[in-house]
Amino acid sequence: MTTATTTQPPASASVEPARPPYKVTGGRVLRSEWAKLWTLRSTWITLGLGLLFLVAFGLIASARYKSAITSGDHMDADFARSTSVSLSLFGTNFAQLALGVLGVLVTAGEYSTGMIRSTLAAVPRRLPVLWSKAAVFGVVALVISTVGAFVTFLFGSGIVSGTPAAMTISHAGVVRALFGAGLYLGLVGVIGTALGALLRSVAGGISVLVATLMLIPGLVSLLPNAWADHISPYLPAAAGQSMFAVYRDAHTLSPTAGLLVFLIWTALALAGAAWRLVRTDA
Amino acid sequence: MIEAHELTKRYGDKTAVDGLGFVVRPGTVTGFLGPNGAGKSTTMRMIVGLDAPTSGSVTVNGKRYAQHSAPLQEVGALLEAKSIHPGRSAYHHINALALSHGIPRRRVEEVIELTGLQSVARKRAGAFSLGMGQRLGIAAALLGDPATVMLDEPVNGLDPEGVLWIRNLLTGLAAEGRTVFVSSHLMSEMALVADHLIVVGRGRLLADTTVKDLVRAAGGDTVRVATADPARLREVLAGPGVEITGEAGTEELQVVGMTARAIGYKAAEHGIPLFELSDRTVSLEQAFMDLTRDAVEYHGTIGIDTTGKAA
Repeated sequence: MTTATTTQPPASASVEPARPPYKVTGGRVLRSEWAKLWTLRSTWITLGLGLLFLVAFGLIASARYKSAITSGDHMDADFARSTSVSLSLFGTNFAQLALGVLGVLVTAGEYSTGMIRSTLAAVPRRLPVLWSKAAVFGVVALVISTVGAFVTFLFGSGIVSGTPAAMTISHAGVVRALFGAGLYLGLVGVIGTALGALLRSVAGGISVLVATLMLIPGLVSLLPNAWADHISPYLPAAAGQSMFAVYRDAHTLSPTAGLLVFLIWTALALAGAAWRLVRTDA
Repeated sequence: MIEAHELTKRYGDKTAVDGLGFVVRPGTVTGFLGPNGAGKSTTMRMIVGLDAPTSGSVTVNGKRYAQHSAPLQEVGALLEAKSIHPGRSAYHHINALALSHGIPRRRVEEVIELTGLQSVARKRAGAFSLGMGQRLGIAAALLGDPATVMLDEPVNGLDPEGVLWIRNLLTGLAAEGRTVFVSSHLMSEMALVADHLIVVGRGRLLADTTVKDLVRAAGGDTVRVATADPARLREVLAGPGVEITGEAGTEELQVVGMTARAIGYKAAEHGIPLFELSDRTVSLEQAFMDLTRDAVEYHGTIGIDTTGKAA
């Protein structure tokens, strides 16, 4: 009995020493991307700038409106029809640039530096990297923008109280608009990451982002009115803006429709990014 | 264990890797050698799935790299150039990679220590010197305690101390039973660490051999002998297994299959005065050059005679 057991070498010695059970999982890729985001100084600076733009420009617009009302200065028609929500969210135009650019940097920055080789060597299935980057940055941008929108409204509505623009937070559609603005900016961040991954170039990604959000709406206005009215509400910027408008114009989408259209644009950008990521060599 | 089978990569009409087939075995250092542009880096990129082969396949430990559940545990790779974000510190770079695999922080600190980066681990990696960058790349490669370590030109830009460190590291890893695959365009460097050699040129396999065999095939161990009467010396030395060559009209002969010592004795026995008697060991560099001469992508315009004689 004893001889039989001693002649048999212990099973554990005959195999290779136990190796730690490492494994790539979706959650771990998410954690890795989270860590990558916060360990770069550019993230803190750009997010800070985005928040500053959102809050500062909202408050400046509110103060400008208030002073125009009290002094009786002439205001152009659009500005005169402002609400405390639209004034407070004036900064979204600028914050979307900061957040969109940072989104581009999150993905395209890895290609321009060479980091992508390390990233894809660790996660060679590739797609989890894109989903994680988009999710991590999208949520971060969403949270910061939502907080920024509410803070700006809190102070901005105080500035314009007693004017025709005044609205309290309990006014119908205000809370929805503020959340809508946060969601819009979060999705702009996602579109930025998608464009960065699609174009693999920081300059290219930023150019397309700026063109999409700011230049194309202007170009469409050159089209004959009958066409423009049918096209422009569905463009990314216009659809996004209807997500955080309190009142609806004749030629804009409802907030829900706006969200839906903007989500479709986001999904298209992500699909393009996923296609390029999987199909082309890194 | 890396197995390549009919591996081919084309970029447009340029073929970077052309039907390459080889096996890299565990327990030894395998050198991957070839002139610039021979397809070494492309092959390594295909091994870790950064580039997709046009045709053929390459597997690591029996599976495609991407099919492994913990890729960094299978292959640790140092690829060309810096594969880092210059704004991130060395520690955070390694840690981000570790997080994707659930590798504990302890291991992150271990590889940083192993590569001697402790003092700079918290500094921006973009400010690293070439040597430090290589060390960081190697730290990342070793992170997952991989069964296969693959390094692309690891000694590029390193100081002598760094070169020595890499050499010891590579032989140490192989001694632990790992598969070690190292590319270089410097034969002399490979000769010091590699046991096995895979030589490529223009994307094709030129040789899959050992260092010893390569030298032997290139006609190593030739003895050069000069005498006033080469014809007589030929007669004296002739025998089974002895090969004698020499140009007519010169005093010089090349002898293969006899040691210099034996030739000296033989000549003295027959009273033939010798003017010169020297071992002409073919350098590995020479063997490599002979092998890759036709496969060099970019020839210099100034003629450099590789045999060391005046051109």
